[in-house]
Amino acid sequence: MSGDPCDRCEELLQDFLDRTLTDVEWQEAEGHLAGCDYCARRYRFEESLRKYVRTSAVERMPPGLMAKLDELRGLDATA
Amino acid sequence: MSETGPDTEARRIATQARDRARFEEEALSLADQVYRVARRLVGSREEAEDLVQETYARAFRSWSSYTPGTNMRAWLLRILTNLNVDRGRKIQRTPQTQPLEESDYYLANKMASAGGEEVLEADDVVERLSQDSVVKALSEIPPQFRDVVVLVDIGDFTYADAAQILDVPIGTVMSRLHRGRRALKQHLAEEALT
Repeated sequence: MSGDPCDRCEELLQDFLDRTLTDVEWQEAEGHLAGCDYCARRYRFEESLRKYVRTSAVERMPPGLMAKLDELRGLDATA
Repeated sequence: MSETGPDTEARRIATQARDRARFEEEALSLADQVYRVARRLVGSREEAEDLVQETYARAFRSWSSYTPGTNMRAWLLRILTNLNVDRGRKIQRTPQTQPLEESDYYLANKMASAGGEEVLEADDVVERLSQDSVVKALSEIPPQFRDVVVLVDIGDFTYADAAQILDVPIGTVMSRLHRGRRALKQHLAEEALT
């Protein structure tokens, strides 16, 4: 991959956070992040944003639903 | 029938009842996680409750088609996402447009610029978003992208599980996930700027 190393680092961002990079790509990203504050900030931002998305989107099961599900036990396959 | 026939049959029935009870216990222990995903796939709490109940009704009826030892959470979610499609979610008000393809850094910078400063710290950015901004943004991205984002980023499913649940190739999961995340951020960035 030629060109700007920050562009390359940006390309690796999502897979880095998903932990799906190959060892070689991982080292490539880590190596660049160690010396590039610009990319390091953006990686940290993305990671925090993911946490924010997760915590904001989670809604607990309403009370009463569990009892309704429990009543479904034993349903006949032919019913 | 042999002499031991009735006894064997009784044992078979007892074993089946036990297996079924175990299956139901395990399925119910996952209800909160199933609901969490369902809630973000549909527009309202009532719809999510209905969808989860339909899912469990179908799961309990077809419990014998579940292979013990495999991922039950993914099995339940596969039923749920199929039911959701069957329910004709096309009528939902979600626009069917393709998400824009802005890059990750561009979107991060755009969110940061909402504060009129160069500093990029997530805490500063999310402070400018309202409580329900993520929920709203999720509801505005096209369903095929939203499904994957919800499964992976909120439901904690792997790419492989999401591919199995949605019955699409893993590469499709990855591309929809990346595009869905960008679409989500695009909405958040717009909100941060307003």
